[in-house]
Amino acid sequence: MAQPRTLFDKIWDSHLVDRQDDGTCLIYIDRHLVHEVTSPQAFEGLRLAGRKVHRPEAALAVADHNVPTTDRSHGIADTESRIQVETLASNCADFGVPFVAMDDVRQGIVHIIGPEQGFTLPGTTIVCGDSHTSTHGAFGALAFGIGTSEVEHVLATQTLIQKPAKNMRITVEGARPLGVTAKDVILAIIGRLGTAGGTGHVIEYAGPAITDLCLEGRMTVCNMSIEAGARAGLIAPDETTFAYLRGRPMAPKAGRWEAAVAYWRTLPSDQGAAYDKDVRIAAGDIEPQVTWGTSPQDVVPVSGRVPDPAAVADDAKRQAMAQSLSYMDLTPGTAMRDVRIDKVFIGSCTNGRIEDLREVAAVVEGRAVADGVYAMIVPGSGLVKNQAEEEGLDKIFRAAGFDWREPGCSMCLAMNADRLEPGERCASTSNRNFEGRQGRGGRTHLMSPGMAAAAAVAGRIADVRELSR
Amino acid sequence: MEKFDRLTGVAAPLPLVNVDTDKIIPKQFLKTIKRTGLAEGLFYEMRFDEAGKPKPGFVLDQPAYKNAKILVTGENFGCGSSREHAPWALLDAGIRCVIAPSFADIFYNNCFKNGILPIVLPAEQVDLLMDDAQRGANAVVTVDLEKQEITGPDGGILHFDVDAFRKHCLLNGLDDIGLTQQKADKIAAYEARQRTSQPWLNP
Repeated sequence: MAQPRTLFDKIWDSHLVDRQDDGTCLIYIDRHLVHEVTSPQAFEGLRLAGRKVHRPEAALAVADHNVPTTDRSHGIADTESRIQVETLASNCADFGVPFVAMDDVRQGIVHIIGPEQGFTLPGTTIVCGDSHTSTHGAFGALAFGIGTSEVEHVLATQTLIQKPAKNMRITVEGARPLGVTAKDVILAIIGRLGTAGGTGHVIEYAGPAITDLCLEGRMTVCNMSIEAGARAGLIAPDETTFAYLRGRPMAPKAGRWEAAVAYWRTLPSDQGAAYDKDVRIAAGDIEPQVTWGTSPQDVVPVSGRVPDPAAVADDAKRQAMAQSLSYMDLTPGTAMRDVRIDKVFIGSCTNGRIEDLREVAAVVEGRAVADGVYAMIVPGSGLVKNQAEEEGLDKIFRAAGFDWREPGCSMCLAMNADRLEPGERCASTSNRNFEGRQGRGGRTHLMSPGMAAAAAVAGRIADVRELSR
Repeated sequence: MEKFDRLTGVAAPLPLVNVDTDKIIPKQFLKTIKRTGLAEGLFYEMRFDEAGKPKPGFVLDQPAYKNAKILVTGENFGCGSSREHAPWALLDAGIRCVIAPSFADIFYNNCFKNGILPIVLPAEQVDLLMDDAQRGANAVVTVDLEKQEITGPDGGILHFDVDAFRKHCLLNGLDDIGLTQQKADKIAAYEARQRTSQPWLNP
């Protein structure tokens, strides 16, 4: 009988083009997402070597990092940003790569539009010059971020030189308590594993607290796999996955759909498949989470306090913690709920989807953003924006005092004009709280959309469960 | 890609853990469409204040380390984003080798594509090299990729591991794409098989 295989093993095996004697593999890449920041040098490389794009229709390009999230009718004011976006458009035209323009309703964050369009499919290999490519693992696709040299390699050959990753399984048992979302689950996991705990592994998320999630929630979980050091996260495809994909523009059409689903049903890990690491977490122990430091692993429950470096034995870790607290201007022992905030950012490839916006609306309806707080909502795509407006969510946001903006990466990494000023403190639904990430000197607290909404209303970090209705 | 066989140079100490790629090169330098000229953005926020004035004291700006070719640093170096601008900036500043107890996967991989050798050593050995590196311009270290050996300032030798294929590519300065294109027939055969087995992937 054949050896039981994991979901990762199955996708890997089915994409093997060649295996050298030294174990180095050449794997086929089915789908390639391209954005403006990590691709110009790759196209330039092709040009210099006189190479073509091997299979242009397997790629999908969009500008997201540099685009303004205000009125775009006059283009992009910042010269460098404008040149980078124009360069993507002209490269796509030159090489025949499908490109979603800034004024197209489908435009948005690359990891939001791929799933929306049905470009992301179970059992495929998906890459992008972006570490949050792990998002697409929510569909049971092997999806990971690559550098620009590898972007060029995929454009030229539709393959990558790789060695297989190790398998890790994280089973989240039981049901999520009320007010605990996908974001809290993944933040709690990162807190437990540490920012390098997943290095060298692909993490498969399993268990009822994962399979209960909608696709949007699963994407949030897989998205932040990289924050635990894993290049990819995976969730086995199931009926929820198929229901999400059916009828999407680039998903298999009737006639091919049934064969596709039949194949996708063979993908989940076999009973008895071996994992290099197997972790179990009880969903019932997870509270709404919030970060206190400058690494996504610096996480505590919202009922918790800023930790004390004095309690840490390891020298390097104690110094790193002290440096984090100094940057964050926080005193050990302070209750997280006493931390006041200046700005709120709701959006990003982690939490810029319709479910996230619904979660925000449920908290802020009939309430107002606290005095002195600026709160912005950046939908993940034009289609998310339209959907929210059809549901009347924009009216709820505006009535509460939120700024409702155009889609893009925005203040997740502050490459466009949206950023924190030095010293400002932000409740953010994004994925990284590194020093300077949201603007030089800016202080980021990562949390779920509901928690960020609660912070906006309270003017400080707040427990969303106290605002639930 | 420039070959990497044997490198002798000053090793600079950067005793920090979890140095992320935002710290190695912040976002404002990612707007370039070139691979070159990124040294000015390397560790920018540690080297320049908010007004853009140099902040004294950063290790690579000290006279003894101005010409450093090797960086010795803490665990999980290069975590965060996939930006290849991080190794490009290191290369542009003359760094050809980074030694740490561990690296984040994407950064580690990106180094090899640019002729930079990332070396993983046990923490105790990195600590020894970190002590050596604190000696300033006297911290001359030799890295021999063929022999997989690091020779410290006092002649002590440390052995390191490296993937055989990556070593081969670095030693010979090989172009990955050229190598893969030699397997064009295998790629074509794979595509033909997939068109039959998963026809829905080809619209």
